Amino acid sequence: MPRSTTQNSASTEPAESISAQPSATREPLLQVDNLHVDFQTYGGVVQAVRGVSFDVAAGQTLAIVGESGCGKSVTVQSLMGLIPMPPGRIHKGTATLRGHDILASKFIEGRDVRGREISMIFQDPMTSLNPTMTIGRQIAETLEVHRGYGQSQAFSRAVELLEMSKIPEAAKRAKQYPFEFSGGMLQRAMIAMAIACEPAILVADEPTTALDVTIQAQILDLLADLQQETGMAIILITHDLGVVARMADDVMVMYAGEVVERGSVDDIFYRSGHPYTQGLRLAMPTNKHNEDGLPEQTLIAIDGSPPDLFNPPKGCAYHPRCPHAMNVCAQQSPEQYALKPTASSTQGHGHQAACWLHHELCTPQGGRS
Amino acid sequence: MSASTNESTAVTKPLVEISHLVKHFDLGGGQRVHAVDDVSLSIYPNEVVGLVGESGSGKSTLGKTVVGLHDKTAGRVMFNDTELPARYRGEDFRAMASKMQMIFQDPYSSLNPRMTVGEIISEGLRLRKALKPAAVQQKVADWLRMVGLSPDHQSRYPHEFSGGQRQRIGIARALILEPEFVVCDEPISALDVSVQAQVVNLLGDLTKELGLTLLFIAHDLSMVRYISDRMAVMYLGSLVEVGASNQVFFNPKHPYTETLIASNPEADPEHERQRPSTTIQGEIPSPINVPAGCRFANRCPKAMDHCASHTPLLKPLAGAGEQRLVACHLYD
Repeated sequence: MPRSTTQNSASTEPAESISAQPSATREPLLQVDNLHVDFQTYGGVVQAVRGVSFDVAAGQTLAIVGESGCGKSVTVQSLMGLIPMPPGRIHKGTATLRGHDILASKFIEGRDVRGREISMIFQDPMTSLNPTMTIGRQIAETLEVHRGYGQSQAFSRAVELLEMSKIPEAAKRAKQYPFEFSGGMLQRAMIAMAIACEPAILVADEPTTALDVTIQAQILDLLADLQQETGMAIILITHDLGVVARMADDVMVMYAGEVVERGSVDDIFYRSGHPYTQGLRLAMPTNKHNEDGLPEQTLIAIDGSPPDLFNPPKGCAYHPRCPHAMNVCAQQSPEQYALKPTASSTQGHGHQAACWLHHELCTPQGGRS
Repeated sequence: MSASTNESTAVTKPLVEISHLVKHFDLGGGQRVHAVDDVSLSIYPNEVVGLVGESGSGKSTLGKTVVGLHDKTAGRVMFNDTELPARYRGEDFRAMASKMQMIFQDPYSSLNPRMTVGEIISEGLRLRKALKPAAVQQKVADWLRMVGLSPDHQSRYPHEFSGGQRQRIGIARALILEPEFVVCDEPISALDVSVQAQVVNLLGDLTKELGLTLLFIAHDLSMVRYISDRMAVMYLGSLVEVGASNQVFFNPKHPYTETLIASNPEADPEHERQRPSTTIQGEIPSPINVPAGCRFANRCPKAMDHCASHTPLLKPLAGAGEQRLVACHLYD
């Protein structure tokens, strides 16, 4: 679906080519183009990711937002080489990291590039760490494999990394096992391990979903501080729009394996061009005050549930739940429409939404925000 | 959802009155988990009380102890002026089932996978009331419709439903006996954002329609502010602040509540950019070795010498009415 953006619409900016944007700071580090991932299961083929394109620049945070099953985790797992194949299959698309194709070179070059350049932290740190190894050794192992450090050198670097992640008494804690750490401390240890090789990109898959709100604030602050220090890019996967508002520069909203909208964080929150994004925002309580100075008390649910990816609906995947659905929505997938650029939008793709409301025949409603 | 209760509560009697409730779990070797320590809270008819706190603060244990799923270590719970037993027996559960019910967090493990939806929802009804099978079936069908499912779903099994639909089944099961008081233990935490709103709105509508009284336990502060009339904040087994939801949320008094609300990310980038960094250091201490004095003192940015030795009591805040309670030495 986003494929169409490249060859289409002379009136709008060519979305897939970064050169169209003047901003020199937007040299993409990672460029993903038209990624398709599916899984062969007993029940049939699950089309988990259906044509996802995005790019990430150094020092920026891209948030990928969507509900469970929308393909956000599968997208980044395929970049990390974490998709079990079979049953998984990346049957189309490319991902280029500093000129290396990280999808094609799965086994040899891929591991090297990924180990050095991209690392990942997960939602559940307890199950992502080895319970039989001390925290310090697990971090040191990464450095031995990817950096060729000796054992003692690697261990002392591990202690430094734990200090960078603001773990108190790091030298003592490095000799402890995962069960001796609390959830928040484990996530800090995971972050220490992830930044061990000074990656260009840190992928954080729901890093704070399992944590309490005060610990979440600590971890988010830590990630932002580390990004400032190292200039790494962060790909943040989350379903929490509050976390997105706090952390993201750019946002990509996914639904049923497709990108429905992307843009700068302000575009998405203040000038959203897709009914799904708008629906998500209205489905969360806000703590704003209305004109009368009273707190907002509305919560508008999105009816229905996300589609079955064994058999995604024809046309726009969101049309069965969409309050603005038209006849065309059930027939044909919408293209990515570039929306009017605004002063604050600095990102490579500009603001785009895949929705028929932005077709020129539909402009009266199309400009809604 | 309604702001009406605040004025009327002063005259009406509480439906559920929790006083000095204590629940400890014995670990052996003289060690104890102080899950709930001396909690007093009155819940008035037709109000929704939100209970918030971090994991390990004892909010679920409090809810379960109130409905009798845990024995009480000390203290008492009054329901409509009758004292509930400290330890429930079979007949107590049967007697209370049509008055108090509970909705659980995990819609996957709280439904028996071997029973059909019809059997799950009607079980309480079949045990409680001498209804003819046809009448039971009719009632189940009505309730399925009320929670937004279809009557033909009766013969299906839980695995055929999504998380949001299962939570609707859990709601129908709890409400079919027409209880007066329902404890909702994190009913939306396991659900997706778009489905959370559906379930919250359903609960809100049913509460109004049936005149229910809810204790709504959750950790999502914005959602609790939205759904509840009053909010109680729990930290390490005791209540630190109670008051009207909007007052507690927008004008928190206890330093812990302030931190909690300041840590809650708002879905508004402009607001987030202007937010000062307010993170507090440290984590919630273990409920096995509860610190002396104020339990929050070791993390509190405003702690005084006094705090580490003297336990603050939950008292009405001066000049804010009987319903606004704070447990902090700053307001002594």
